[in-house]
Amino acid sequence: MSKLPDVGDELDGYRVTGKLHAGGMGVLLTVEAPVDPGFPLVMKIPRLGYGEPAEAVVSYEVEQNVMSVLQGPHVPRYVAAGDLAVQPYIVMELVEGECLKDRVDRIPLPVDEVATLGAAVATALRSLHQQEVVHLDVKPSNVVLRPSGEAVLIDFGLAHHAHYPDLLAEESRNPMGSAPYISPEQVLGVRSDPRSDLFALGAMLYEFATGRMPFGSPTGPSGLRRRLHADPVPPRAIRKEIPEWLQEVILHLLEPDANQRYATAAQVAFDLGHPDQVVVTERGKRMMRAGLGTRLRRWIKAKGMEPEAVIRPSAQLANARIVLAAVATTHTNEALFQAQRDAVRRLLASDPESRLACVTVVKPSSVAGVETEDDVATTQAIKNLVHLRHWAEPLQVPVATISFHVLEGSDPAATVLAYARANAVDQIVIGAPPPDLPLRALMGTFATKIAAEAPCTVTLVRPPAPGRE
Amino acid sequence: MKIALLADIHSNLEALSACLDHARREGAEGHAFLGDMVGYGADPRAVLDLVMEHAARGALVVRGNHDDAALEEAGDEGMNLAAKRAAAWTREVLLPVHRTFLAALPFHIRHEGLYLVHGSASAPEKHVYVTDARAASASLARSGGASWVFCGHVHEPALYYTVGGARPLPFKPVPGVAIPVPTRRQWLAIAGSTGQPRDGNTAACYAMLDPDRAVLTFHRVPYDWETAARKILAAGLPERLAVRLRRGE
Repeated sequence: MSKLPDVGDELDGYRVTGKLHAGGMGVLLTVEAPVDPGFPLVMKIPRLGYGEPAEAVVSYEVEQNVMSVLQGPHVPRYVAAGDLAVQPYIVMELVEGECLKDRVDRIPLPVDEVATLGAAVATALRSLHQQEVVHLDVKPSNVVLRPSGEAVLIDFGLAHHAHYPDLLAEESRNPMGSAPYISPEQVLGVRSDPRSDLFALGAMLYEFATGRMPFGSPTGPSGLRRRLHADPVPPRAIRKEIPEWLQEVILHLLEPDANQRYATAAQVAFDLGHPDQVVVTERGKRMMRAGLGTRLRRWIKAKGMEPEAVIRPSAQLANARIVLAAVATTHTNEALFQAQRDAVRRLLASDPESRLACVTVVKPSSVAGVETEDDVATTQAIKNLVHLRHWAEPLQVPVATISFHVLEGSDPAATVLAYARANAVDQIVIGAPPPDLPLRALMGTFATKIAAEAPCTVTLVRPPAPGRE
Repeated sequence: MKIALLADIHSNLEALSACLDHARREGAEGHAFLGDMVGYGADPRAVLDLVMEHAARGALVVRGNHDDAALEEAGDEGMNLAAKRAAAWTREVLLPVHRTFLAALPFHIRHEGLYLVHGSASAPEKHVYVTDARAASASLARSGGASWVFCGHVHEPALYYTVGGARPLPFKPVPGVAIPVPTRRQWLAIAGSTGQPRDGNTAACYAMLDPDRAVLTFHRVPYDWETAARKILAAGLPERLAVRLRRGE
């Protein structure tokens, strides 16, 4: 292997302009491309060759492989890679922003900040999992926040892509990843479960919220295996100002059994974005770790714990969707309400892990700050909320999987669309404009705009015409 | 030069034609036929005519156990009754030109980093099934260090790959995904059956290797199995062989 390039050197047309980092695994150089791609570039060169572990080569191959097919704002844009036989490197977007490891210096962080960061990382993980990739090394130093607040995941050297042979899947290999963050199933050698990333996110949020690691920083196999049965000290027992809803979210992410965890990253982002809608269970309220009996039972179970069958990340997503029902609470049309409920019921029946968000849009209160106007607005919001709940009641959806949102906006379609985008909604169910409605033109615009611009599937519901039944 | 790899065509002209069309659209310039061109299906002559045309233009062809059985009765050893009946029928309908072609086929071919065999490189003329990592390991070990070992015999597509010194690992390929298969590792690919898929999916299987870019893509091609099944019945072959095509089993 040739010597590493220096500032001023050129490699395959990329001119090295600076050295960012030189570590055990490799070096990071800032480079300029012959043709400016419109964003700054970084070249990552792995340390390979004699005396370096064989995993380093494999890890480089994995990263190059995965990065070359990943898309979207939550990963650095991939530009090029060097020939492994000559000089391996990956040229990618240098993500300008703040690395989350800088926040670790200030832990514990305020609750709002923990929630905002968590939602940003969950949104990034959703994008990754949708593309069939599990990161498997989620930790503060592998997350960069763009100035927009969007999270970018970096370092895919341990990642798993369901479409490619897993080069890191050696049978008797030691668990890989960062000990404080890796999931119990990763400890057992499972590399294909997207919920492993959710566990790591939980460990990260625990760290941000409490200032401690949920399972310490074990170095040996027995220390790592402890998370198969032990539960962490409840965050509120460490810092009592942590609200119950946040503890609920964090401990839900840290469930040792992946099946007990959140099903998808989108649901995590949703909860962190709507604290008032999080249903607090015993998990959120507990102030002590589980009793000795429970831990012993879990320990025995963990002894015989076998990794489950391989699942594709996207298959997991398909079973736990977020369905948005946009309900026009101001127009009472029972036939339409009923048809919309029927459509929603059928959608939810097929996958019990789905969530339902019931949404209605009201005009913004005109003058903010005037007390009486505020009161009117609040009253109106409550009235709409009552209508929404009333609409959803016959569905008998379990309280933990349904939420209600009265959104303010002068353009109802734009408001619903923005909400759907921000919350990674998988399907929108709206009513078709009924023929006898005076505001048909307006409703028509609403339905058309939603159908045309929605980031997901849209179901347009129309009750059967009278007399045809 | 992209190479289309087709295995276990089994006298299924509809499946073969669909795969060849697909491969042409995908830019295939070379072809390799991994054995069992005949047997089970109703079109042994038309299928062999196509294969012979390709062979005349440089396609690589190896011999499978059903090709053995089409030449002489002793070749059907170990086959089930339906397969034996189909083999006997095939022996009757083949023309001398087809028999001459089949009889001259090698059991394995080594060609520029490629090793082609119907079953396992461990004993090419014995048609050993590669159904697990141990069998894949044995085949790779006897391939003379080839980077890419391609075979058929097993009707479900699979890819085995080596990491470090351990036994190769199995991978279930996703249709249409270009998988990097760099030559610094050994890869054993089972293309999957073109003419008699058995994984519950009726679509025909084939794989495409781009040796210059070192990428391998497994494809599934829907074809007119209705017609292929009807021809099997019309030829008086066992009904079970027609049913299999309808169910992909």
